Amino acid sequence: MSLVKPLNKSIEHALNDKKVRGIILQLFMLLIVLFGFYWLINNTLTNLETQGKSLGFNFLSSTAGFQISQTFGTWLFDYEVGKSTYLEVYFIGIANTFLVAILGILAATVLGFTIGIMRLSSNIVFRVFATTYIEVLRNIPLLLQLFFWYFAVLRAMPGKREKFEIMSGIAGLNITGMYLPAPLPQDGFGFVLSAILLSICLVIGVRRYALRRQERTGEILPVFWIGLGLIVIVPSLAYLMKGSPLIWELPEFEETGPMLMRGYQSGVGMLVVPEMLAVWLALSLYTAAFIAEIVRGGILAVNKGQTEASFALGLRPNFTLRLVIIPQAMRVIIPPLTSQYLNITKNSSLAVAIAYPELVSVFAGTALNQVGKEIEMIFMMMMVYLTFSLLTAAFMNWYNSKVKLIER
Amino acid sequence: MNNIVIGAVALVVGAGVGFVIGQGEKEIVEVEKVVEVEAAKTSTLDAVKAKGFVQCGVSQGLPGFSNADDSGKWTGLDVDLCRAVAAAIFGDGDKVKFSPLSAKQRFTALSSGEIDILSRNTTWTMTRDTQLGLNFAGVNYYDGQGMMVPTSLGVKSATELNGANICTNTGTTTELNITDYFRSNNMSFNLVAFEKADEVVAAYDAGRCDVYTTDRSGLAAQRGKLTNPDAHVVLPEIISKEPLGPVVRQGDDQWFNIVRWTLRALINAEEMGITKSNAASEASSATDPAVKRLLGTEGKFGEEIGLSNGWALNAIRAVGNYGESYEKNVGPNTPLKLDRGVNALWSDGGILYAAPVR
Repeated sequence: MSLVKPLNKSIEHALNDKKVRGIILQLFMLLIVLFGFYWLINNTLTNLETQGKSLGFNFLSSTAGFQISQTFGTWLFDYEVGKSTYLEVYFIGIANTFLVAILGILAATVLGFTIGIMRLSSNIVFRVFATTYIEVLRNIPLLLQLFFWYFAVLRAMPGKREKFEIMSGIAGLNITGMYLPAPLPQDGFGFVLSAILLSICLVIGVRRYALRRQERTGEILPVFWIGLGLIVIVPSLAYLMKGSPLIWELPEFEETGPMLMRGYQSGVGMLVVPEMLAVWLALSLYTAAFIAEIVRGGILAVNKGQTEASFALGLRPNFTLRLVIIPQAMRVIIPPLTSQYLNITKNSSLAVAIAYPELVSVFAGTALNQVGKEIEMIFMMMMVYLTFSLLTAAFMNWYNSKVKLIER
Repeated sequence: MNNIVIGAVALVVGAGVGFVIGQGEKEIVEVEKVVEVEAAKTSTLDAVKAKGFVQCGVSQGLPGFSNADDSGKWTGLDVDLCRAVAAAIFGDGDKVKFSPLSAKQRFTALSSGEIDILSRNTTWTMTRDTQLGLNFAGVNYYDGQGMMVPTSLGVKSATELNGANICTNTGTTTELNITDYFRSNNMSFNLVAFEKADEVVAAYDAGRCDVYTTDRSGLAAQRGKLTNPDAHVVLPEIISKEPLGPVVRQGDDQWFNIVRWTLRALINAEEMGITKSNAASEASSATDPAVKRLLGTEGKFGEEIGLSNGWALNAIRAVGNYGESYEKNVGPNTPLKLDRGVNALWSDGGILYAAPVR
């Protein structure tokens, strides 16, 4: 039909075009999503208005009138009741969350790799132990383990007026926590710190040189021993040069006097509260079981031929594991390992149950109850977990891209 | 070139359609808004009558105040108030359902309409009354924050507690009060704050803390959970005023009046000597005009608040007067062993004083 206008035809044509239809559909979806958001936000605002509440972040600058358990965060931000603001409370919560997450990640990694390799060991005792550990730990809910460790640890400890000494006069523990010497940096300690940094740079340099030398001549430098020497000697020299700029404050234990004042003195030495120990223990032990399985899977994913080839080349089992198996296994291990790291961070919020003052406890618990700004505060809290998780994921992705197979 | 034209046309059409949908969407939102405002205006009483029961927010288990027994039946001073309100409306104290709430959840549950009354040992403070969109309908227990210590500590007064470890739970006013008390006395302390009361008790029992602090009624109630309840002593200091009472949503004066006057009716009943057992006979035989007004045989006080004139009579017959409810749930003959103290009637040296039904 020649009467049909070209424009109509091209529209008809366009509607049959997969690409154009795709664009139209996408536009519809976008609009639906946008209006969904609009409806949600509008509804929230209306409801807040009928409840006589308002949105805003002004509360962050008002002072917080409650005490927070002495922990890393309160020490870091020098928390003082009546002077510190809600913003500082927020940061204290973040600091405590991060501390336990990072310590948990470190411990779970070391333990998980050990258990995972043990499970593949030819030694039956190791194997059975590792299997039992994994099956028990990963099949009990984390919250229960948290309670178990907390109350098991508490019940097992000597009372507040007694002590169990790990090192006489230097470190000890009782039900109120573990008391360790506290480092008090003096003038010139920054110099020592920079010496440590310098020695680390030196070690990296030596390692690079050793690799190049090995490629050129085939000779192997004992990098480990050279590195150890550097890391010990350089900072020690700096330390002595500046006249020992670090004093250790030892914990104090009072055995006489009024009943309440007996026991370890608060504010002297470094205190690790039992809540922190329990959270750390529970998170690390629980996650280590999962990491062990990931490690086992990663190692098993490396073809047996690789081991045999390595043996045939004359490499000892130790070297085979370190130079051939683990580097290849890492490619399989890294992605699931990343999600375990993210889990540790998120699971640390369970610590609210046993009085460890992390973010959920101090900010969404105590502070929220005083201020009543649910939406703002929960939003701020979600942002912290999101940011930390995204950073962890970004780092692990970067590491993954470094170890992944580069095809030439 | 043709493709670009097609793309542009598609975009315009898409935007146009989207705009039309958007308009519709807007209208819908507009309508919903109106509906919501309407919902806020419809009376809680009508809603309660329509569903046939009162939804009451209580604690997750505080013996004496709100606690479920083995068969799931709720008892306690706070529970009795809800039953009294249900009886005042329906003539039946069992037409009530209970929602156990944590300290953190309680206000959100009330303001979102999930519950009709919050009767959960809740302290009346200015912030809560003025900033949360809620109203306190009265006080059914005058409490104060206290401290419990092991007898072996040899402490006689809270002023000797410098440097103590103190256990409590989060989401309440106790954290602020204890901090204020120690600051005003220039004493240092360390606070260990748990989310739930059960863990506080367990940690205190294990010796994690020297002191357990919460409302004195709470101390009395939780004490029974300790391994050796007699090895602990409650210190004489009361460091805060904790008037506990029922809470309702702001903006529904009728419902507010019902809850407020039901509580007053129970207190007035005790003052007039009307009990659960003699209420019915008093209603028919009383000659005292004040009693007649309360029990609905004179005047139309119930109708004024949207109920039947026998509202107070029904409430008293369901749970007894305030004194009876107190003796049954928290009094000296219960495990809590709480004396009337300031919670006695004003005529007996306490501070309970209810405005008259007149």
